Amino acid sequence: MSLSEDQVRNVARLARLGLDDDQIADYAGELSNILDVVVSLEKADTTDVEPMAHPLDLAARLRADDAIEVSSRDEFQAIAPAVAEGVYLVPKVIE
Amino acid sequence: MAWETVIGLEVHIQLATRSKIFSTAPTAYGAEPNTQASAVDIALPGVLPVINGQVIRMATLFGLAIDADIAPKSVFARKHYFYPDLPKGYQISQFELPIVANGHLDIVLPDGTEKRVGITRAHLEEDAGKSLHEAFDRDTGIDLNRAGTPLVECVSEPDMRSAAEAVAYARKLHALVQYLGICDGNMQEGSFRVDANVSVRPVGSSEFGTRTETKNVNSFRFLEKAIEFEVERQIDVLESGGKIVQETRLYDPDADETRSMRSKEEAHDYRYFPDPDLLPVIIDAAFVEAARADLPELPDAKRERFAAEYGLSREDAAALTSSRALANYFEATVAAVGGETAQHGKPAANWIMGDLSGALNREGLAIVDSPVSAEQLGGLIARVADNTISGKIGKDVFEALFKGEGDSADAIIEAKGLKQITDTGAIEGFVDQVIADNPDQVQQYREGKTKVIGFLVGQVMKASKGKANPKEVNQMLAAKLAE
Amino acid sequence: MSHTRSIRELASDLAAKKISAVELTEHFLKRIAAHDERLNTLISRNEESARERAAAIDAGDNAGAALAGLPIAHKDIFCTRGVRTSCGSRMLDNFVAPYDATVVERLAGAGTVTLGKTNMDEFAMGSSNETSFYGSVRNPWNTDYVPGGSSGGSAAAVAAGLVPAATGSDTGGSIRQPAALCGVTGIKPTYGRVSRYGMIAFASSLDQGGCFARSAEDCAAVLQAMSGFDARDSTSVEREVPDYSAVLDSQGDDFLEGLKVGLPKEYFAEGLDDASRKVIEAAIAEFEARGAEIVEITLPHTDLAVSTYYVLAPAEASSNLARFDGVRYGYRCENPVDLEDLYTRSRGEGFGREVQRRIMVGAYVLSAGYYDAYYLKAQKTRRLIARDFSDAFENVDLIAAPVTQAPAFKLGEKLDDPVSMYLNDVYTLPASLAGLPGMSVPAGFVDGLPVGLQLLAPWFEESRLLGAAHAYQQSTDWHTKRPAGFE
Repeated sequence: MSLSEDQVRNVARLARLGLDDDQIADYAGELSNILDVVVSLEKADTTDVEPMAHPLDLAARLRADDAIEVSSRDEFQAIAPAVAEGVYLVPKVIE
Repeated sequence: MAWETVIGLEVHIQLATRSKIFSTAPTAYGAEPNTQASAVDIALPGVLPVINGQVIRMATLFGLAIDADIAPKSVFARKHYFYPDLPKGYQISQFELPIVANGHLDIVLPDGTEKRVGITRAHLEEDAGKSLHEAFDRDTGIDLNRAGTPLVECVSEPDMRSAAEAVAYARKLHALVQYLGICDGNMQEGSFRVDANVSVRPVGSSEFGTRTETKNVNSFRFLEKAIEFEVERQIDVLESGGKIVQETRLYDPDADETRSMRSKEEAHDYRYFPDPDLLPVIIDAAFVEAARADLPELPDAKRERFAAEYGLSREDAAALTSSRALANYFEATVAAVGGETAQHGKPAANWIMGDLSGALNREGLAIVDSPVSAEQLGGLIARVADNTISGKIGKDVFEALFKGEGDSADAIIEAKGLKQITDTGAIEGFVDQVIADNPDQVQQYREGKTKVIGFLVGQVMKASKGKANPKEVNQMLAAKLAE
Repeated sequence: MSHTRSIRELASDLAAKKISAVELTEHFLKRIAAHDERLNTLISRNEESARERAAAIDAGDNAGAALAGLPIAHKDIFCTRGVRTSCGSRMLDNFVAPYDATVVERLAGAGTVTLGKTNMDEFAMGSSNETSFYGSVRNPWNTDYVPGGSSGGSAAAVAAGLVPAATGSDTGGSIRQPAALCGVTGIKPTYGRVSRYGMIAFASSLDQGGCFARSAEDCAAVLQAMSGFDARDSTSVEREVPDYSAVLDSQGDDFLEGLKVGLPKEYFAEGLDDASRKVIEAAIAEFEARGAEIVEITLPHTDLAVSTYYVLAPAEASSNLARFDGVRYGYRCENPVDLEDLYTRSRGEGFGREVQRRIMVGAYVLSAGYYDAYYLKAQKTRRLIARDFSDAFENVDLIAAPVTQAPAFKLGEKLDDPVSMYLNDVYTLPASLAGLPGMSVPAGFVDGLPVGLQLLAPWFEESRLLGAAHAYQQSTDWHTKRPAGFE
């Protein structure tokens, strides 16, 4: 199982990881090695096996509809990289 | 070539809960930016979602109302994409196991025929925040107050064949969610958002054409215009030999056109998988039955009942049940008339759809803001019914009530002395006087030109300032002229 | 010497005012100052706030609480209000958490004094503590060797006597493996027993908080304070927590009498280093001597654990780490020219290599066209692995096995070979996938490096693990050994 550099580029793009060509080349090798291990799953017989999403077979607890949260905006925005007038700032997005 | 239009609608219905779908932050509209964004909503490291039970209840109500299947087990999934108003880098939504599936809505078309529109699925998801592109010169601002607001995304089958059908469906859905009390229906604030999937195909073709998705339609009028524009555009493209590109388009109401959203053209790979922070939602029969017991009377049932119980035409019954507020107003009015309610349905319907709705339209008011309460209107209808006033005087009393000139029809009738004269002696005085004053017309009547009685009745009414009971005037004049 | 005393002894000394909380805190702060330059177990030290907190406890705060005045350290994966919570990453180097994790809140409620935040593999991804942005932790038994990971800082700090106990988190072995490699006792409870709220997520369906201490008895006291239902975590279980210390007291030495202990043959097959095998066999002989019945069992799907885990954990991680985008907190690249630049450079520069690797594996296995072959398939093999355990526990009360194939390896030895690092987790991954409680108990040494015995119990049977480990520790002294230089 080997991943091409283009595939790695595509995955890096999906994950928004900015990587240079050297890194892409390194990762192509490393990710291929990892997938080589992982493909052994193919061999397992999973006929009629329910996928397991959680270790415990439980149902969701339903919370009461109480709006009890008070604003912590100042505290939250004290650790933000860029804010003005109560909003977070990012470089202008052109729609 | 003749073309057929195919339309499916995706409607985002904001649920009217107090708190968000996965956090305890309030959902009120219009708060200062980011003051309703909790640690969960801004996706601080380490925080976790907890499902709001009211959201599950509301979705169940909705599913029951569209006669759909309520999934005994539904699962939340993560839908991944990067955008600054999506703090986690994924939206919690439902993918493979939505809470509601296989429903339908019956709509009445403009020509009076009925049509059933299938609803493929309705799933729960969280809303994103808002990006403010205009507020700053070099930056986009992010307000996460709306992030985590609960939404039902209701996806119809491509069953509609014209803009008018699409609008009828959207209106019906809009009325329904307000009947259910699960959405405030405010389209301007984005509580009810409609995306239209539109395609065209040659008449007779069984395959669908390539569709486009038009977003940003925030009124029914715009929905109609956007679809009409898009249909025309697609036909133009196809007839000039072009191909329709599957894409997302934005409706611009100022230019009355749809435009391609180039920025979103990149193919998405959402990498859905079940959200490991949330367990499956299990809905048992008891939960569904409890919701069913809470269901209000729905528009179709109410329409049938109005027609049967009050002897209304189907059109009138449909109009009165087009919103829950209007239907409630109607029934409160009928109750306020008192006595045998079945008899008062028609006059109440006439007053509400005639004078009242005319006056409200004139002032730009909604039924809930009507200056004339249902109790006041009922009181007025009662006075017409018991002949205290004539229908004509009733209109004056209505105007006075609308202007706030009195607390009740009775008070206005009393203050203005509008009470109908039914006292035979008083009417006889007017009749005798008119006969004496109009010998020519009396002569004509007695010579067989009986139509002239209309003129004489008019004279009596005029003399009584409209207060004489016209029926009695007629009878008395006829009797006296026959002497 | 306070750092050689048990938590129970320290608690009784504190309660009797034989020692003040301030004195105890100063003692451990001194040890940290003296030794941590060499070991690098702490990312942040909270000297000032620890002194204030200890003084407040002496003045009556949390009076009567079970752990009042006990110094501890938190793995830097737990959010601590007002204190940097880095998760071992450059991404969160500047992140001062605005809230406390439930675990942090609960332990504070029990009266603990937090001395600092322990070093860890970046975002808990690693088995050697070498992926930390803050540099490797060194194993106190031999500082040329790794302490294990990802909770390596916590394990090494307890081993070196810098704190009496520390919290950790275990996703695929991140408590049991460093506990084994550092010669301390570590417990990962059942998934759902300890709240995950405020514990920075790596793989949500696997992550579980736990703790390290010298002995099972000490772990019981700390785990007691951490455990229990939390309404803020949907996967937290509403189930009563037994009084662990009471279980140890009531059954004590006799706990192993009549207990049926299974040895999974797959854990003793090829790959287990011979010297380590001897250590484990000796420990099992001790169990037998104390009345346990030893039987061989099979967990036939063990060989699927590594591939299952390395699909599921990276998939969940790629999703959980999407929130680190340079917008609301954490690292943001300098002068981003546009939104894409902000994302790609912040994430390209903020995450280290192992984290990027796993994010990409995760994004790949979830992407269109691959989901069924990888993710869905791995969810199915996960069930096969979990079923192995439920079948096994029909017949045995407890499972005993090695934690690792070999003792600690040298720093740098496997850094360039992620796959061999992953394969090393083969004995700890299955229980994580099944959500079972597990422990590592010091069982001896190979060439001066500790070896741990792994104990696994059925879901929510933490008291059985603690009871068995405690009984074993009554007649062995491996857990009391101190690394040279840190006596």
